[in-house]
Amino acid sequence: MPNVLTYREALTKGIREALIDNDDCFLMGEDVGAYGGAYAVSKGLLEEFGPKRIVDSPLSESAIVGLGTGSSMVGLKPIIEIMTINFLLVALDQLVNHAAKIRYMSANQYAAPFMVRTVTGGGAQLGATHSQCFEPWLASVPGLKVVAPSSPYDALGLFRSAIKEKDPIVFVEHILLYGSKGIVDEDYYEIPIGKANVVRSGDNLTLVAYSKMVPLCIEVANTLEEQGIDVEVIDLRSLRPWDKETIINSVNKTNRLVIVEEAWRSGGFGAEIASTVQEEAFDSLDGPIGRVGGLEVPMPYTSVLESQVIPSKDRIIEYIHQNLNT
Amino acid sequence: MALKNKAVSNKTSKSEYFELLEKMILIRLFEDRCSEHYSRGNIKGFLHLYTGEEAIAVGSISCLEKEDYVITHYRDHGHALARGVEAKYAMAELFGKSTGTTGGIGGSMHIFDATKNFAGGHAIVGGQLPIGVGLAYAAKYKNTGAVTLCFLGDGALNEGEFHESMNLAALWDLPIVFICENNLYGMGVPVEEAVAKKDIFEIGHAYDMPCSRVDGMNVLEVKEVTNKIIKDVRNGKGPYFLEAQTYRFRGHSMADPSMYRGSTEEELWKLRDPINLHWSWLKENGYAKDELNEIYEKMNSVMDDAVQFATESEFPTIDDLYKNIYFENVG
Repeated sequence: MPNVLTYREALTKGIREALIDNDDCFLMGEDVGAYGGAYAVSKGLLEEFGPKRIVDSPLSESAIVGLGTGSSMVGLKPIIEIMTINFLLVALDQLVNHAAKIRYMSANQYAAPFMVRTVTGGGAQLGATHSQCFEPWLASVPGLKVVAPSSPYDALGLFRSAIKEKDPIVFVEHILLYGSKGIVDEDYYEIPIGKANVVRSGDNLTLVAYSKMVPLCIEVANTLEEQGIDVEVIDLRSLRPWDKETIINSVNKTNRLVIVEEAWRSGGFGAEIASTVQEEAFDSLDGPIGRVGGLEVPMPYTSVLESQVIPSKDRIIEYIHQNLNT
Repeated sequence: MALKNKAVSNKTSKSEYFELLEKMILIRLFEDRCSEHYSRGNIKGFLHLYTGEEAIAVGSISCLEKEDYVITHYRDHGHALARGVEAKYAMAELFGKSTGTTGGIGGSMHIFDATKNFAGGHAIVGGQLPIGVGLAYAAKYKNTGAVTLCFLGDGALNEGEFHESMNLAALWDLPIVFICENNLYGMGVPVEEAVAKKDIFEIGHAYDMPCSRVDGMNVLEVKEVTNKIIKDVRNGKGPYFLEAQTYRFRGHSMADPSMYRGSTEEELWKLRDPINLHWSWLKENGYAKDELNEIYEKMNSVMDDAVQFATESEFPTIDDLYKNIYFENVG
């Protein structure tokens, strides 16, 4: 039976299931308790599970990520909520230097099987320090896994897989998706980590995106269809590991690839995909691989400028026409 | 179930006194061999020796139960050996061999032994502190009675992670003992030029955390003080901050000739060599006569075996390169 949930409700459902399933699982973060989470994902969970399982932490991102590592090394299953990915920067030492390395450096004597949930993205007029997308940085680190759901269905399915992971995983939610609605199966399902999703099939061009850029690319594809261009849209779902096979198979079919990302293009995930595809499917390409990304500026506050920075439907369509010479 | 504490030091037996001496000599000779084999090119990378500081690891770790955790910084050989990691596996690790504590993957600064609840040497200054807090958090969450001994150097006092960790530990009454090994220098900078607080142990007061200072060159004092602390922490009295004053007899690492400190200072501290101090005490109190040479011979023999084992062991293979990054490629 399908059920309509918001992205937020799907996440709450996933967390709730995890807490019911495992007494050693707990949610810790800034204002996850009585406040209900900065984006209201944990609303009601303190009342249901009590303060041992839903833990308000001080503003100490580094310490709570490290606590996630230490406590998961000896059997607990922490879900550490970092209010936004911008704040995760002050905890990068713990995430990158420690959590990501502990299994390798200890030769599998210890591991850090815990989850960091955090929030990416711009578009909410929060200015330069609160509107960034750092998940591509994290995706470059061996030892971490990174997923970024684009819909309520994916949020729940990816969460269920992510909570079972035996290594540190960063679960990247999007600030503007929490209220988005979608159909979620009532029957139990999971979405595997590391597999992309062909959300729309097409023959003329492949668009690859993740998170908030996926629904935007579907809108782009619907408009281009009216113009006679048949676009395939692929949702990466996971950034590490990422699904080369699905993208290369698609490029082999469409012979054209454009990557859309909200993050800056420089050193970005689109560059990683473009490089890999030209290495492994060069002969299939009928033209240069395109990339549409956030403009290379710190995010301005005012809406007239902010809307220029984040890829828009019009900018993507214009870029595609240039790319296709149509 | 709460663990029972070992007897306090006034009930320490003669054999335990000798055990402390042997462990300190074990560490001293291990570090001497490391230095030798670094010069001979068998050990590479950064090598930070614990020489001079042995009394702290040996005295405090001797108070622990099997279920307790030890986590430390990159000057970690002493803590590992004090916790019972065998010298031959540690030496093989430094030689980069597959038989090492982590098969040559971690190296000197990253020794681990889960069978001894030795949760690592950690090489980013202060980085072990939040992880130590996590170990203690789990012990409290599951009510295991385990105590975490978390070592840090004086340099780590100035890292933000120190403040965050001290605050969390105190806020949540976690069963953790922070032992700050104050060896007076953060690399080459004197501690008084780096830490605003003059009496370092009093930093604990900022967190309403009980705190004190101990003579880190006196193994019996370290043992007596930490034994009492661990008992209190195990009984739910919350965390503790202990400053142990000490001196490293060698440079920060093998690359450091210690030009920033005078030889007079070094000679004065060597008069307080923890091994000599303890040996003198044993003799003065009628526990020892002439056993010292015998102990050195025994420990040198352990080192001969360790070096032979490390030398004869195989290097890891290219197949090992991609193992253990994720659960999927555990090997």
